[in-house]
Amino acid sequence: MWRRALDAAAQEHNVNIMPMTLQDKLAILSDAARYDASCASSGTSRRDSRDGKGLGSTEGSGICHAYAPDGRCISLLKILMTNFCIYDCVYCVNRVSSNVPRARFTPEEVVHLTTEFYRRNYIEGLFLSSGIIRSPDKTMEDMVQIARLLREREQFRGYIHLKTIPDAAPELIAQAGLYADRLSVNVELPTDASVAAYAPEKNPATIRDAMGDVKARRLASKDRSHTGKRPARFAPAGQSTQMIVGADGSNDAVILNHSARLYGDFRLKRVYYSAFSPIPDSSARLPLIKPPLMREHRLYQADWLLRFYGFGVDEITGVSAGGNLDLDIDPKLAWALAHRGLFPVDVQRAERETLLRVPGFGTKTVGRILTTRHHRTLRYGDLQRMGAGLKKARPFITLRDWSPGALTDSADLRARFAPSPEQLSLF
Amino acid sequence: MRSIALPRIGTAAAWREAARGLLSAGVRPEDVLWTWDGAAGDLFAEPAAPPAPSPALTVPKAFLEMANRVVWHSDPERFARLYAFLWRVRDDPRLMSARGDAGLERLRTMEKNVNRCAHKMKAFVRFRDLGADGPRRRFAAWFEPTHHTVEPTAPFFTRRFGDMDWVIVTRDVTARFEEGTLSFSEGQSKPDLPEDGAEALWGTYFRNIFNPARVKIGAMTSEMPRKYWKNMPEAQHIPDLIRTAEARARQMQDNAPTLPPLRAAKVTERLRGPGTGSTKA
Ligand code: SF4
Repeated sequence: MWRRALDAAAQEHNVNIMPMTLQDKLAILSDAARYDASCASSGTSRRDSRDGKGLGSTEGSGICHAYAPDGRCISLLKILMTNFCIYDCVYCVNRVSSNVPRARFTPEEVVHLTTEFYRRNYIEGLFLSSGIIRSPDKTMEDMVQIARLLREREQFRGYIHLKTIPDAAPELIAQAGLYADRLSVNVELPTDASVAAYAPEKNPATIRDAMGDVKARRLASKDRSHTGKRPARFAPAGQSTQMIVGADGSNDAVILNHSARLYGDFRLKRVYYSAFSPIPDSSARLPLIKPPLMREHRLYQADWLLRFYGFGVDEITGVSAGGNLDLDIDPKLAWALAHRGLFPVDVQRAERETLLRVPGFGTKTVGRILTTRHHRTLRYGDLQRMGAGLKKARPFITLRDWSPGALTDSADLRARFAPSPEQLSLF
Repeated sequence: MRSIALPRIGTAAAWREAARGLLSAGVRPEDVLWTWDGAAGDLFAEPAAPPAPSPALTVPKAFLEMANRVVWHSDPERFARLYAFLWRVRDDPRLMSARGDAGLERLRTMEKNVNRCAHKMKAFVRFRDLGADGPRRRFAAWFEPTHHTVEPTAPFFTRRFGDMDWVIVTRDVTARFEEGTLSFSEGQSKPDLPEDGAEALWGTYFRNIFNPARVKIGAMTSEMPRKYWKNMPEAQHIPDLIRTAEARARQMQDNAPTLPPLRAAKVTERLRGPGTGSTKA
């Protein structure tokens, strides 16, 4: 019953707008897509078009074909299918209550833009999301239709990322995963309470169900059946999600705990953090602040420590006030400064886990240390060549030809790393 | 003094063949003069075909991989540096994995330069549509690489653009892919390519995917150095985007929140049910 009313509402919209050129639509529908942080196009199955019967290739790591003045990589054509939306998520430029101009691509238009941009070497592929028109199923159906046209009719072998609609029918998600390299469902906000407050039509449990469904299908697609036949690949580049930072009151501990759960429960490839940024025609209910870019940056660093350095959330967020990361220094350095008793570390002998905790040592550097120290005694100069950030590491390590002496415990150590307050105000 | 002349096209294979021959004959690095693409060498050097290599010669695989990249560097000393290191690594293969060998480090840096140049070429080449009379679409690009990276990078484009004919013209070497066959010829000066309507669409995309509330110019230019901009259609928009960013961001903040459009209440009420606040759509 409500569906018919919504149809009518959507049509009422359409009559109100002038016919638009492809240029106009592209302007509106890429503007609306820029709040999605991900542009990754890496880590999918290898494909090419050497057979001369198709277009495109993917080989391991994706390529950034341009950079915008916001420093972000442009790898994919990142657009909305439509920015009409019947939901009213407060933080979103497309919410039903916003007055931004609306547009809607036909599936053919999206296919055209993707392949023509691809042929000119502008992009690695398509990242398609959408506002919700009429119903979640109808929206998802149209998105799947676009992916199908690309793969089957155009023989497109580049990268496709579809942002799935959590409320859509599981069969549609199942189809989406057969055409797409990556699927994502955005959790949007760090807590269920925030979702209820700011995205009232969304249901956190449904979002989690959708992620669980994608995970299950990915696992199933990796199992050989008893006949030894491999099922079709399902979203080979995995699934990811995005959380908006700074729109609600959640602190970094809440955010990172949520990420840790998501990585654990759904085997996500990435959690993206998107600093809440002022949007055209914003809602009166949200703070119109400069986007907290430094906070976003520190969250990415912390996320990295969780996944590759063996840190726990409590360790990272426990060393600064109020469960928020220190904005002035990176989270590993903050942790080390709070645990000076464990330092300095003997680089020649310390275990891998310990080395990973040294500020300025990345996983690559640690790998090089481990292989080289078998053969010989490491010196300060060796670390330099191995790519260690020695300005940071110096107070925390000892080597045959280096000892930090009293530096490790000196009272002004933090001040040496933190930027002066003037510099800080730049953000 | 022996003079070895290497060709512009097929440099890697020719260098390898020559180096194997010289090494088999025991010619010391200081007795070889390398020239490339007919460049004037030493007038007193005797031009000679390199000696035939002995079949049993082996070198570390890692060296070959490195040499296959370094030969494309623009440094005129690249061949001599490679051969000098090869001379030493033959007697001591462990040199290849040593850290702190100045000769190797120099070569590794050159290898990195070439890899980066090749990567940027994959990223920043921009094709224009030439229009097609046959079933295969035809495209062309003009590019200005820093090193001689067209030949080693062209196979990437053949894997990616398998169903179209294309040519990448550079001052250095021109790569051509027609009917599924890749070929190379001498470089050319910049050709006049026809206008391509897709560039305006791409410019529109570039302008709108940029968020004026988060300007980070340094992050952009470190990955997309200015030297590439003149051949990228989207780059013409950068100055304007930077100039207007602050004002646009401020305006978004200053704009008073507007009243929701009338239809919004209707839609929302249908979704949530009157006053129920249900969350299921
Ligand atoms: S569902 Fe919410 S977040 Fe998604 S487009 Fe609609 S209003 Fe925006």
